[in-house]
Amino acid sequence: MLEGKDLACVRGERTLFTHLNFTLREGELLLVQGANGSGKTSLLRMVCGLMAPESGEVLWRGEKIGAARESYHAEMAYFGHSPAVKEDLSAFENLDFACRLAGIPVKREEVKGALGHLGLGHCLNLPAKSLSQGQRRRVALSRLLLAKARLWILDEPLTALDQAALKLVQSLLGEHLRQGGMAVLTTHQPVMIPGIAPKILDLSA
Amino acid sequence: MSTSQTVIVLLRRELLLAMRRRGDVLTVLFFFVIVASLFPLGVGPDPKLLRLMGGGVVWVSALLAAMLSLGRMFASDHADGTLEQLVLTPTPPVVWITGKILAHWLVSGVPLILVAPVLGVQFGLSGEALGVLVFSLLLGTPVLSLIGAIGAALTLGLRGGGVLVSLLVLPLYIPVLIFGAGAVDGAMSGLGAEAHLSLLGGILILAFMLTPWAVSAALRISIE
Repeated sequence: MLEGKDLACVRGERTLFTHLNFTLREGELLLVQGANGSGKTSLLRMVCGLMAPESGEVLWRGEKIGAARESYHAEMAYFGHSPAVKEDLSAFENLDFACRLAGIPVKREEVKGALGHLGLGHCLNLPAKSLSQGQRRRVALSRLLLAKARLWILDEPLTALDQAALKLVQSLLGEHLRQGGMAVLTTHQPVMIPGIAPKILDLSA
Repeated sequence: MSTSQTVIVLLRRELLLAMRRRGDVLTVLFFFVIVASLFPLGVGPDPKLLRLMGGGVVWVSALLAAMLSLGRMFASDHADGTLEQLVLTPTPPVVWITGKILAHWLVSGVPLILVAPVLGVQFGLSGEALGVLVFSLLLGTPVLSLIGAIGAALTLGLRGGGVLVSLLVLPLYIPVLIFGAGAVDGAMSGLGAEAHLSLLGGILILAFMLTPWAVSAALRISIE
């Protein structure tokens, strides 16, 4: 279970939000909404531990994420604005190294399978600099398939993706949630996942 | 996954990236050679004078060359989001930071050590002095990478970060320069290089133990 308690965010002189509370249980999806600059990305960075909240705390299974760092990071996957794809490495190498560095032992076939699943089977060995923005984001998304994390924190995962990929990501999300996973998501696009009613957290309110 | 495995995977990745971007590595190496070769042109070809200042010149050039490569240590990982992902791995930051610094030394420090004897010969250093020069660089260049990493981490994402790194880091390089060049001097004057080399070794051990923690704290600030 993931909890945010009384979170506040201050950027420079501006207070973006205060007294923010949420709870996320197994199989639930938290949809963070709000205008540009309302602090969605800041909230997500707080939740994954990249940024310290001005006040309040984030709890994972009842423990502060700072104290439970190792177990929390092992169960969490973050997908940020930058896809974390190295231009000089191929799609396969990117994914392989990313998983190994995250401590996930992966086999060659698994990595190929994950990339194939996201429609990148034909550009496994192309350097990432020859891939389009959307394809790079697909490489980053395929990491989610291999990481087997319980909690997905996705910052605008749907931007720069085509219609087919949009459907694919939503079906991946649905599968993840049905298996008891959790997800926190920001997006400006409508998210339709059959059988799942997302919890909505509106930062503009 | 054990810490040594993480470091090995990181090293493999960094070396592969360096192989794909050989230009960056070669730039540093050429800079080193050119700076050292400029001195004889500037001060004149008197062999006695050149022999006297050879060790110091090679050391100063190594310092400047190491400076040049610092900007890249974390900047590209920061720009493409890889750094965030590294921070979010279960591995303690100190472990992968040590790996990154080690990779930086292998890519930009080791080539300098390999070329240094050639430059030393140019300056007419004796065989013994050449040996001491290489050994002092072997002990000293890792310190340059270690201390430089703090500067690189602190100036991450800043405008004009390159200049700021020099201001931050060069003063901290002074002890390394003094003992490194001093060792070569000692070998040439017959006083012996042991004292300088042991001090350099001491600095290396101290830097190896402390700097990854400082870099970890600096990265935490920069990433926020």
